[in-house]
Amino acid sequence: MYMIDAAAYDYKTLNETIRQNTGGCTVTHCLGQRFLAAGMGEDHAVTTYGTPGNALGAYLNGAEIHVHGSAQDAVGDTMNSGRIVIHGSVGDAVGYAMRGGKIFVRGNAGYRAGIHMKAYGETCPAILIGGKCGSFLGEYQAGGILAVLGLPSPDDAPETLSRPIVGNFPSTGMHGGRLYLRGDTSGLHFPEYVSVRAATDEDMRILDPYLTEFCDVFGYEKSLITGEPFTLVTPDTKNPYKQMYVMN
Amino acid sequence: MHTKREGEIRIPSGCAIAAVISRKGKGMTGERIIESMKPMHDRSNGLGGGFAGYGIYPDYKEQYALHLFFDDTSAKADCERFLRESFEVVRAEPIPTRKIPQITDEPLIWRYFVSPLKSMLASLQLDEKEYVVRTVMKINTEMKGAYVFSSGKNMGTFKAVGYPEDVGRFYRLEEYEAYSWTAHGRYPTNTPGWWGGAHPFALLDYSIVHNGEISSYDANRRFIEMFGYQCTLQTDTEVITYIADYLLRRQGLTLNEMANVIAAPFWSTIKEKPAEEQQNLTYLRSVFSSLLITGPFSIVLGFDGGLMALNDRLKLRSMVVGEKDDRVCVASEEAAIRAMEPDAHHIWSPAGGEPVIVRVETEKEKGKN
Repeated sequence: MYMIDAAAYDYKTLNETIRQNTGGCTVTHCLGQRFLAAGMGEDHAVTTYGTPGNALGAYLNGAEIHVHGSAQDAVGDTMNSGRIVIHGSVGDAVGYAMRGGKIFVRGNAGYRAGIHMKAYGETCPAILIGGKCGSFLGEYQAGGILAVLGLPSPDDAPETLSRPIVGNFPSTGMHGGRLYLRGDTSGLHFPEYVSVRAATDEDMRILDPYLTEFCDVFGYEKSLITGEPFTLVTPDTKNPYKQMYVMN
Repeated sequence: MHTKREGEIRIPSGCAIAAVISRKGKGMTGERIIESMKPMHDRSNGLGGGFAGYGIYPDYKEQYALHLFFDDTSAKADCERFLRESFEVVRAEPIPTRKIPQITDEPLIWRYFVSPLKSMLASLQLDEKEYVVRTVMKINTEMKGAYVFSSGKNMGTFKAVGYPEDVGRFYRLEEYEAYSWTAHGRYPTNTPGWWGGAHPFALLDYSIVHNGEISSYDANRRFIEMFGYQCTLQTDTEVITYIADYLLRRQGLTLNEMANVIAAPFWSTIKEKPAEEQQNLTYLRSVFSSLLITGPFSIVLGFDGGLMALNDRLKLRSMVVGEKDDRVCVASEEAAIRAMEPDAHHIWSPAGGEPVIVRVETEKEKGKN
């Protein structure tokens, strides 16, 4: 495994070095370098230590990224395929306009997780958040699978412990895809144009392979997660825009 | 060539903020906060950087420390004459700087430790702070070539055109000790970037560093200008600073109340609150409706004895908070906090409109720990 000490590099040089090392590299001492592994394909596997900068894995095209620590904003922005595994938490807008691949986060996510993720044909992106999420979760979701598990996070602060699993205004503008929430969701308010119901066995079969993978990468006992009931949120109309702006 | 100033041109078209405070009130040199700005270098474009330090002038803590930019020596002479008519000037000196190639075209940069003349206060029937505010407004709007960019007691702001880490070295911030620092790297979106337009913006001991672009600028400006403030620079951060002074000093609101005015919760959110809280929030939104700030912002407000970090209610800008020992750090990015405190714990993001208020413990509180 090729080792790169990020402390010596700005983001351009660092990315160039990563790009030249097909087959895998480990990047240590990350401190805010942006666009790490952006656009990289299946011949790249990157493991990072420290705090990588914004837009980690943007436009990712098949590479595998493991982050030991937390990542910042816009992880996997518009990613196409591949897998991003974050062992800490992520900032705002994780999986922004994501159209394929998988993002697994052990800890919490900030605002607007999964904003405008989409799916087409066989391609279905998935984001699983182990902890809690901020407001506007799944804003304008057009496709794909989003799941929030509400498990304790390694970097929970006293200020965040009493927060609900999701902040305000989840699924605003949702017009496709599926949002799964684990545990009690009775206090949450959803827009009128989505349907909120207990997940059925069939719904859970769709989520199951992703949960298995989540437990594998983070070492969770799967029964701990599936022991709680899940809620499923889906859009309930084929014409959501019409309903958003005028009721006709 | 004449560089266009703020207010003379509008460029229709990001930033970095950071702060650190010691709850125990321990002095920290400026090196720590300069470090925090380095990983966020690309958030700025070299057209503005600045810092505010609190507790930096213990030998002159009873005087107002006026920091001024002058275009030339005649502007300085005129302004100094005016200052001596208005204040007892206890000390006047150039602010120490370091010549570095990254910072050029500096104006004359001076500081004055002053006390308002008692006779003037008596004849105008003003309290000290109001007198200082009016004097600052007068200089900044009427005295060509002179600009007051800092006017608090035992605190000061230091700003320039340049990248923040260079601005910090230019002003020799390693020579100051503050219990609280805030910092800003600028990427001007609407104005050309002039020394006075860099952040922090400060009035009395209030200072603001801001990342974002508020869409309510004109509504806020029209309201605040009714109360004697004059927004001269077309930059949204200036108006936030005056709003802070108006709400906190003149209206006597608490910091929490101020947060509930400028980043008021949505009516639908207020409706869910317990009755008494609903009533308070409704009152604040109704009475100060013109001071609701919309559009993206993350700010740190510095004040005597503490700081407050706040996001807009939709949280359209990022902000994280972390702690280490008695120190609390705030920044646009976690990397900036890690640059100051590699082992910071509890790194978390405040929700939109959720103020994070940190105060230096009083002597009595310190005894308890």
